[in-house]
Amino acid sequence: MPLLRIEGVAKSFGNFRAVDKLSLDIRAGEFFALLGPSGCGKTTLLRMLAGFETPDEGRILLGGNDIAQVLPHERPVNMMFQNYALFPHLSVRDNIAFGLKRAGMARKDIATRVAEMVALVKLEGLEKRKPDQLSGGQRQRVALARSLARRPQVLLLDEPLAALDKKLRESTQGELMELQRRLGMTFIIVTHDQEEAMTMAGRIGVMDAGRLVQVATPRNLYEAPASRWIAEFVGDINLFNGQVTARDRGRLTVSTTEAGALAVSELWPPVTKQVVSVAIRPEKVKLSRRAPASDAGAPQPINRLEGVVIDVNYLGGITSYRVKLETGAVVRSSMANTARLDVDAYLAGQRVVAWFTADDCLVLEQ
Amino acid sequence: MSARRIFARPARLAAIAPYLWMVLFFLVPFGFVLKISLSQTAIAQPPYTPVFDFSEGRAALAAAFAQLSFDNFRLLLQDNLYILSYLRSLVVAVTSTLILLLIGYPIAYGMARLPQRWQAVAMMLVIVPFWTSFLIRIYAWINILQHDGLLNQVLLTLHIVSAPVVWLSTDSAMYLGIVYSYLPFMILPLYATLSKMDSSLLEAAGDLGASPRQAFWLVTFPLSLPGVGAGALLCFIPVVGEFVIPDLLAGSNSLMIGQTLWLEFFTNKDWPVASAAAVALLLLLVPPLVLYDRLQRRQLDAGR
Repeated sequence: MPLLRIEGVAKSFGNFRAVDKLSLDIRAGEFFALLGPSGCGKTTLLRMLAGFETPDEGRILLGGNDIAQVLPHERPVNMMFQNYALFPHLSVRDNIAFGLKRAGMARKDIATRVAEMVALVKLEGLEKRKPDQLSGGQRQRVALARSLARRPQVLLLDEPLAALDKKLRESTQGELMELQRRLGMTFIIVTHDQEEAMTMAGRIGVMDAGRLVQVATPRNLYEAPASRWIAEFVGDINLFNGQVTARDRGRLTVSTTEAGALAVSELWPPVTKQVVSVAIRPEKVKLSRRAPASDAGAPQPINRLEGVVIDVNYLGGITSYRVKLETGAVVRSSMANTARLDVDAYLAGQRVVAWFTADDCLVLEQ
Repeated sequence: MSARRIFARPARLAAIAPYLWMVLFFLVPFGFVLKISLSQTAIAQPPYTPVFDFSEGRAALAAAFAQLSFDNFRLLLQDNLYILSYLRSLVVAVTSTLILLLIGYPIAYGMARLPQRWQAVAMMLVIVPFWTSFLIRIYAWINILQHDGLLNQVLLTLHIVSAPVVWLSTDSAMYLGIVYSYLPFMILPLYATLSKMDSSLLEAAGDLGASPRQAFWLVTFPLSLPGVGAGALLCFIPVVGEFVIPDLLAGSNSLMIGQTLWLEFFTNKDWPVASAAAVALLLLLVPPLVLYDRLQRRQLDAGR
C-alpha cells in the first residue's frame, strides 16, 4: 500500500477541467515531482492534496484514509508556498512556531523544535527578524522550516525555488535533496522547470491538460519519453516524420522526407502504426568532417546526414550546432567541450556529416 | 537636455503647492484665532481688544502686544463648563468610534471577500450617501425619529410599543446620527487594508493547523490593525469637534465642545474665550493626529 494514493480525482473550475480523472500512487519517503507547463493542473492537484481545493470526484487516500473532504487544518500534510506566505507580523521564530502552537505542543517542546528547525535550515541568529528584514534565500528557508516543523507525513512544495536566482537555486536544490534524505520524509514538488525536477526527484509525473501523461524516473523520461509531446517538452530533440517501410529483427527502417531513410532500433512496446516520428536528442548527434567508415561489421547501423553548419553556439560546457541538410531540414547537435583548446571546432559554413546510431533513435507514434 | 532639467521646475512648484496651501488656509487663520484667544472681550466691532492697527506705528503695535494675556485659557480651566464639554466630546468620540469599528469591520471584511466585480458595486453603495447633502440626511433622521415619525409609526403598527417612544433629543439619536454619518470613513480604510491582504497567508495559517476562526484572529486581524487605526482616527478626530449632529439630534442638557464653541461665539459673543477653547481643542487633537500620520507611514512601508 503506497503512502498516498490518488484515485480518479477530477476538478473543474466552471467549464475548465483542471484535473481530469487522475490516478497516482506515491510511496513513503519518495521525492516526487509534478512537472508540466503552466495551466496543466499540477498546482490544482497539489492544492487538492493540501486541502485548499476539494475534488469534484475521486479519492485521496493518505495511509489508507480518504482525506479528500478533510479541511486543510486537519490534514497531516504541510505545504511550502510559492510566494512563501510568511506571516509579515511575526518573527522568524514565531513563524516557525505557528504550526506547533496550533498543535497544542508544550511551550518547552516548541522552543526545542524551533531551535532544531532553525539549525536545520541554517538560520541561527536571525530568529527575531521579521520576514521583511530577510533576503529572498533566507525567506525561502524560513518557509521550509515552518512547513517542516510539524513533521508532516507529506510535504508539498509549490515551485519552491522559482523566486531564487540561478546560483542560489542550484545550491538549494542540493540542500532540499539532502534534507529529504536525512528526514526520510515524502516530498511532492510542483515545478515547470524540467531541470529542477530531473535534478531532485526520484520519479517525475508529467502532466498535460489535467492528465498524467507519463510517470517515470528522470532517465526514462528523457531517454524513453512516452509520446512526441513529452519528448519535445522534456529537453531538446530533433524530430523527423516518416513511415515505417521495413521491419527486421528489432530494427525498423523509417523513410522520412527530411532526412531520407533512417535505421532505428525498436523499443518496447513495438509501434503499431505506419506513420511515426523518429526522435534523436542533440547530444547523440555527432559531427565529423568525413562520414565514419562503413558500418559493415559495426554492431548497429549508423545514420549519416550530410549538411552545412549554419549556426555555432558556444555555451561553455557544450557547444551546440545547427546543421542544415540538403532537404532544408535542420538537425541540432551538441557536443561536450572536452578539451580547452579545440582546434578542431566546426565553423559556420563548413560541410559536415551528422551521424547517429540506430540505438540512439526513438520511434514515437504521432 | 536631461529629463531632470525638464521636470525640475514644475516638480518643485508641485512640491511647494501643498505647503503654500497649508500656510494660507491653515496657519494664517490659526494665527488669527490664536491672537484673538489672547485678547479681551469688548463691546465693539470686532468684539475684542486689542486690535492691531498697523498704521499707528511700531510703538502702538508693541503696546497692543503687551495687552495680550492668557486669561482666557485660565478661564477654560476654572469654569467646569469647558472641561465637561471636552470630556463629553471625548466620551462621545470614543464610544462612537467603538460602535463604528464593531459595525464597520464586518462590513469591510465582507466587502473584501466579495468577488471582484461585486466589490466595486459594494464600494459604490458605501459612497452613494455622499451624493446627498449631509445636512439633509440629518434632517431626514429627525423626520424618522420624531414623535409621529416613521419609526414610531412602524413600531405602533406592529404593536411592539403601545405609545410613541421619545427618540429625538436623546443620546441614542445622536449616536445613531454619528455612526450613520461616519460609517463610510470607517469602512473605506478598513476595506483598503483587508482587500490588499494576501489570501495565501490564510491558506498558510490553515495549512499549519489554524481553524478559520484562529486564522482570523492570528493573521487577518493583526494585519488589519493599520486600517483599524486609520479608520478609528479618521472618525475619532472629527467626531470630537462635531457640532451639527449633537445640536440637531441630542438633548440640550449636556454639550459637546463644538456646541460650547458655537454658544460662546454666536450667543455670548465672547470671541476670545471661543478662540481659546478652539485652540485648546486643536492642541488636544494633535497627539491622535501624529499617531494617525505614523500609522499611515507604517502602512505605506508595509505596502512597498
